[in-house]
Amino acid sequence: MIYLDHAATTPMRPEVWEAMAPFAGEAFGNPSGVHGVSRVAKNALEEAREKIAAMIGAQPLEVVFTSGGTESDNLAIKGAVLSSTPRQGLVTSAIEHEAVLETADFLKRIGMPVTIVGVDSEARVDPDEIAAVVTDDTAVVSVMMVNNETGTVQDVRAISEAVKAANPEALFHTDAVQAFGCESVDVDELGPDMLTISAHKFGGPKGSGVLYVREGTALEPVIHGGGQELGRRSGTHDVASAVGIATAVEAALADRHRFETEIRAIRDRMEQRLRADVDDLVVNTPREGRSSHHLNVRVPGVRNETLLMLLDQHGVAASAGSACQSGAATVSHVLEAMGLTPDQARESVRFTFGWTSTIDEADQAASIVGDIVSRLR
Amino acid sequence: MSGGVDSSVAAALMKDAGHDVMGVTLKLWAGPHGEAPTAGCCTVSDAEDARRVAAQLDIPYYVLDHTDDFKDGVVDRFVRDYATGRTPNPCIECNRTVKFDRLLARLDDFGCDVLVTGHHARSREVDGVWHLLRGEDPDKDQSYVLSMLTQRELSRTRFPVGRLTKRQVRQVAADMGMRTAHKPESMDICFVGSRDYRGFLQEVAPDVFEPGTVVDTDGRQVGAHEGVVGFTIGQRRGLGVAVGEPRFVTGIDAGSATVTIGRRRDLKIREVTLDQVTWTRGSGGDGPVMAQYRAHGEPVAAWLTDSSILVFDDPQEAIAPGQTVAFYDEEVVLGGALIADTR
Repeated sequence: MIYLDHAATTPMRPEVWEAMAPFAGEAFGNPSGVHGVSRVAKNALEEAREKIAAMIGAQPLEVVFTSGGTESDNLAIKGAVLSSTPRQGLVTSAIEHEAVLETADFLKRIGMPVTIVGVDSEARVDPDEIAAVVTDDTAVVSVMMVNNETGTVQDVRAISEAVKAANPEALFHTDAVQAFGCESVDVDELGPDMLTISAHKFGGPKGSGVLYVREGTALEPVIHGGGQELGRRSGTHDVASAVGIATAVEAALADRHRFETEIRAIRDRMEQRLRADVDDLVVNTPREGRSSHHLNVRVPGVRNETLLMLLDQHGVAASAGSACQSGAATVSHVLEAMGLTPDQARESVRFTFGWTSTIDEADQAASIVGDIVSRLR
Repeated sequence: MSGGVDSSVAAALMKDAGHDVMGVTLKLWAGPHGEAPTAGCCTVSDAEDARRVAAQLDIPYYVLDHTDDFKDGVVDRFVRDYATGRTPNPCIECNRTVKFDRLLARLDDFGCDVLVTGHHARSREVDGVWHLLRGEDPDKDQSYVLSMLTQRELSRTRFPVGRLTKRQVRQVAADMGMRTAHKPESMDICFVGSRDYRGFLQEVAPDVFEPGTVVDTDGRQVGAHEGVVGFTIGQRRGLGVAVGEPRFVTGIDAGSATVTIGRRRDLKIREVTLDQVTWTRGSGGDGPVMAQYRAHGEPVAAWLTDSSILVFDDPQEAIAPGQTVAFYDEEVVLGGALIADTR
């Protein structure tokens, strides 16, 4: 099996599982307790928080543990809009993850003003366009750092500055789920008030995420209860998950240089091979300002549904970037926002690389794609 | 694989016979607003049953998106047929335009030799010619809804459960411990669900409801209606007209938005004109034929002339334009056609 779907999820790094295991065993305590069993768990939890904070340039109490990217995005956006400030508006972009776009749709349904800005043909958001729609009523702006389907990298710092210039009171959130581990993620360099990461995208466990929340940011919780995480996210702590994401963060940052060099080279090799072997190939991933590990291509005349099925039967795991609950490939809203027709979007497939990828895999996968495409055509 | 017991067993039988099998479920309808359907053969939970059965059989499994084909070929046509006073059979249109056309056309791409379905029908090849026959179980026979198939489709299709009774199919599934073994059959039209089809039409095409008059067979107005789409030939209830003797819908004229009601004897149909006549073995011709015009009706003697007019030996009751008629010779399906008009 050649696994080229790392943007969907990654295999867990062995050291992560090793670090988590004790908290599913003898160190089972609830961190919110007064006895020794609790203290062991509490220490591990706060150590995990400190590690993550140090790695992203934050203070420990600015790190909120969540159940993953979707919850972090929900908390950031709903939390900002529903907090007691008078501002209610949300500004976001057309290429965001469903965790953001469906949250936007919910807010719209309950009467909040929502503005969705478009993107250019490379799925890039124009900071000036964001600035133009931020008003006195804007509570929060959310723009992702790296797009999950195309790997387009946004200029998050410029967008952050544009937001603050238009309305210093408006909060800025960025979903860095696809960026973490390959792009530099330092909250002071980038400037967001809130930032989302998800452990399983960089060798950590599923069901574990973080929302960075800049000190002093007013946020209504989405999950009310026992008041854990300074009231920002109730529910008994999943210490194993917290330890898992902290270990994965450390491992990913230690490995980041390899993403910039080796993994980028593997992706580029696959791109070159496909360009050579597949006539009329169109690369949807932009030439400049691209992540190190995404490759989205269009094979004119070949339905992605068919190509993905045949790739699966030849042992290559890839994706269309988006799928509905039943598992059918759907037309990507990201590609549509870039200006592709629904038929063109249905000819697009995504290959994404990660910490286990090798150059051999890229070579083999490219040959298999070439063979399948020539047979289909 | 619809997620029902028949297609589950069809897959199992092919695998047992030593074939290389892969399972597919067609995603056909996402509702007028893109929501997942809640009833019928294409719901998320049914796809889940199919996926689990495929996993149990250890065969690859995929969901294929044919929503555009289904909307064009089945749903839009369903609406158009009712709007023009016809009585459509969407399951037959789905077979004709989606399963045995668009899906079958993809077999080469998939590297597959044949399409296998869970229909209760049999097919066999004799001297290079494919014959379509009724299924073994007379109560479950589905050859009527396959009567539009020709050599092109039959040569690339297999119906492995057609040689079993429904009881035997369930037994095979139960013996294998399949989760679908005792699943109840879906009788609903998948995109309409358990509600009345009129409710569906009101939701997706409210503009096809055009108020008009209800008249008797002499043309006298006896009532009013909200739209001819609410009526089917032979309908007795919900006519909004109180008369002593039972009255039935005997005619629908969409052009003038007129519904005609009459007595039982006015439902008699002597002959029908046909459209889209096909022959399973490539050719057929005028002459005596046994004709079946309902999915579970008895075939009746008739005479085909001009390749397009079917005259019944004995007048038949309540036949509507839009219905399919299948031609039989004993167990063998000779062909099929759509009823364009009745007299």
